[in-house]
Amino acid sequence: MKLHNMILTALLALTLAACSSPTIPDPDRSADSGMNDSSRGADSSGFGDEDLGPGEDVPFDSMNGELTMIIYFDFDQSELRPEYADLLARHANSLANSSRTSVRLEGHADERGSREYNIGLGERRSQTVRRMLLIQGASAGQISTVSFGEERPAAFGSDEASYEQNRRVEIKYTN
Amino acid sequence: MLKILRTSLLALSAAVIMTGPALAELTLVITEGVGKRRPVAIVPFAYEGAGQESPLNVADVIAADLNRSGRFAPLDEGDMLQKPKSGADIDFSDWTILNIEAVVIGRVTQTGENVYSVQFQLFDVFRGIQLVGYRMPASRGTIRRVAHRLADMIYEKLTGIQGVFATQVAYVTAQGEGSDRLYSLVVSDADGENEHTIMESSEPIMSPAWSPDSRQLAYVSFETNVSSIYVQTLRTGNSIKVSSKVGINGAPAFSPDGRKLVLTLGGTDGNLDINVLDLKTRRFTRITTNRAIDTEGTWSPDGSTIYFTSDRSGGPQVYKVSSSGGRPERVTFDGSYNARPRLSPDGKKLALVHLDRGNYRIAVMDLERKDLLILSTGRQDESPSFAPNSDTLIYATRAGGRGVLETVSADGLVRQRLAAGRGDVREPVWSPFARF
Repeated sequence: MKLHNMILTALLALTLAACSSPTIPDPDRSADSGMNDSSRGADSSGFGDEDLGPGEDVPFDSMNGELTMIIYFDFDQSELRPEYADLLARHANSLANSSRTSVRLEGHADERGSREYNIGLGERRSQTVRRMLLIQGASAGQISTVSFGEERPAAFGSDEASYEQNRRVEIKYTN
Repeated sequence: MLKILRTSLLALSAAVIMTGPALAELTLVITEGVGKRRPVAIVPFAYEGAGQESPLNVADVIAADLNRSGRFAPLDEGDMLQKPKSGADIDFSDWTILNIEAVVIGRVTQTGENVYSVQFQLFDVFRGIQLVGYRMPASRGTIRRVAHRLADMIYEKLTGIQGVFATQVAYVTAQGEGSDRLYSLVVSDADGENEHTIMESSEPIMSPAWSPDSRQLAYVSFETNVSSIYVQTLRTGNSIKVSSKVGINGAPAFSPDGRKLVLTLGGTDGNLDINVLDLKTRRFTRITTNRAIDTEGTWSPDGSTIYFTSDRSGGPQVYKVSSSGGRPERVTFDGSYNARPRLSPDGKKLALVHLDRGNYRIAVMDLERKDLLILSTGRQDESPSFAPNSDTLIYATRAGGRGVLETVSADGLVRQRLAAGRGDVREPVWSPFARF
C-alpha cells in the first residue's frame, strides 16, 4: 500500500514537473498564514531548489489544532499547478497513514463575476484537491469540502495581486 | 414599527448575534437622470393636532421619492409663491409662471392618541383640475410608509407606471476583516431608510430571496461553517433551516406560489445541480444532472420555467428548463459570460450579469427580441433584481473600494447610487409589492 503510494506519487510528480512552466512568484502570504509559518517552503531559501516546491517540510501535527495549507490556482482554472503535486502527495500520505485524521478543503474564488457561480468555482477547486488526495491513498471519509466562493477573501484589494491570493483551497486538519 | 429579531437559532450557534434596528447605512448620493425632469411642487402639508408639528414631514418624503425616481424635479419650498392648504386656495396662475406641471397639497390631522389621518390631493396645473385625492389612516409607526404610498399614487397618476416607493429592499453587508468580519442581512425601505438588521453572523451570509407575500426571506448562511439555507419570517424573527445537505446548499429562490424553493445542491462530489424543494413535504426534486456547474435558479412569473446559470458549454450561460424537469435549453448566446438570471415580474425581460469587454455589467435581455441592453457602467456589477413594477432594477457595484448599490431604469436612462455608510453592501433584492 505505502510502496504503491510512493511510486504513484513519484510518477505523478515527474509527469507534472515535465509539463511545468514558470510560475508566478509567491506573493507575501504572511497575512493569511495559520500557525505553520515556519513550514512555508518559500522561506526555506537554503534549499531553494525549484523541484522541492513550496510544501517542503510541512510538519503535520493534528494534535495541536488546525494546520492550514494553501494551494493557489490560476485565473479561471481549477486545475492543479504542477508545483503542488509533491505537497499534495505529502498530505495524502499523512491521511493514508492515519485513518483517524481528516481534512476539510475550503475552496475560494476571486471576486470577479457572479457570487453563487463563484461558489461553484471554489467547489470545483476543492474537488480537484480532493480527487488528488483520494488517488494517492486518502479515503473519502477523511475528506470534506466546502466552498466560500468570493465570500471570504484572503486579500481585500480589487487587483490581480489580491485575486491571486484569493483563488485558493485551504487544507484544514480537523482533528 | 415592528422590531425584527432573530430568535430561533441563537442556541445553535455562537456565531449568530442578536441585533435590533441598524444605524442608517444607505444614503442617497447621486441622482443621475437623462432627459428632462418634470417640474412638480409638493406643498408642505398642513397639520392639526397635539404639538407643533406632524410626526413626519410627509411632503419632504414625497418630494424625495419623486426626485429619486429621476423623472421629476420637485420645486424647492423657498421658491414657492404660495403654500395653499386646500384646493380652493390654489391659484393656478402662480404655478404656471413657475412652469410647474402638477401640485400636491395635503394635511395631517391627529384624531386620537397615536392616530392620524393623512390626506392629499394632486392637481394638474394646466387644466386646473384634481387628478387624484385620498385620505388614509396612519400612526407614528406607519406614517412614513403612508407617505411612500402617496408618492406611489402620484407617480402612477403622472407616469402611468406603478410606483415602488412603498416597497422594501433586502441586502447583505460585510464589515471588518479577519476575525472581526461581520456579515449582516438587512431590510430597509426602498429609499434606504427604516433599516432593520434581521440576522448577523461572523460567517458569510448570501443570496437573500423574498417570498411572494414579502413576509419571509430565504438566504444562505455559513454560520455552522458549512452552507445551509434558511427561511426567516420577518415579523417574528423565526428562522427555519430548510436545506443542509452534504456539500453546497445555495442560491434559493421562491416559486411564484410561495410553496417551493429552487436551490442548488452540490453533494459529496461537488456537482452543482438545480433542485426544487417542496417547503411543505420537505421533498427535494433534482431538476438538472449535468456534470457542469448548474446554479442560480429563478422562476418565470407563471412558475412553469426555471432559468439558471450553467457552464456546460464552457463558460457560464443562461439556460431554461421546465420546473418539473426535462431537457434544458440555452437562452443566452451573446458573449462569453452571462450569469445570475432574474426575470422581470411581467415576464418580458431577463436581467443578468454580462461580461462586457472585461467588465462585469448588468444587462437586460428582451425575451421576445433577444437583444441585450447593457445598463450599468462598473467593472464588477452583480446581483440584478427587478422592482415589482418591472420598470427599475437594483444591483451591486463597487465605488471607492467597497460595495454599493445602484438602481437603474430598465431603459437605462435613469441611474442613481445608494452609498453604504459601513462596509460592503451587496446582493440587493427588491421586495414584491407590499400587502396592506
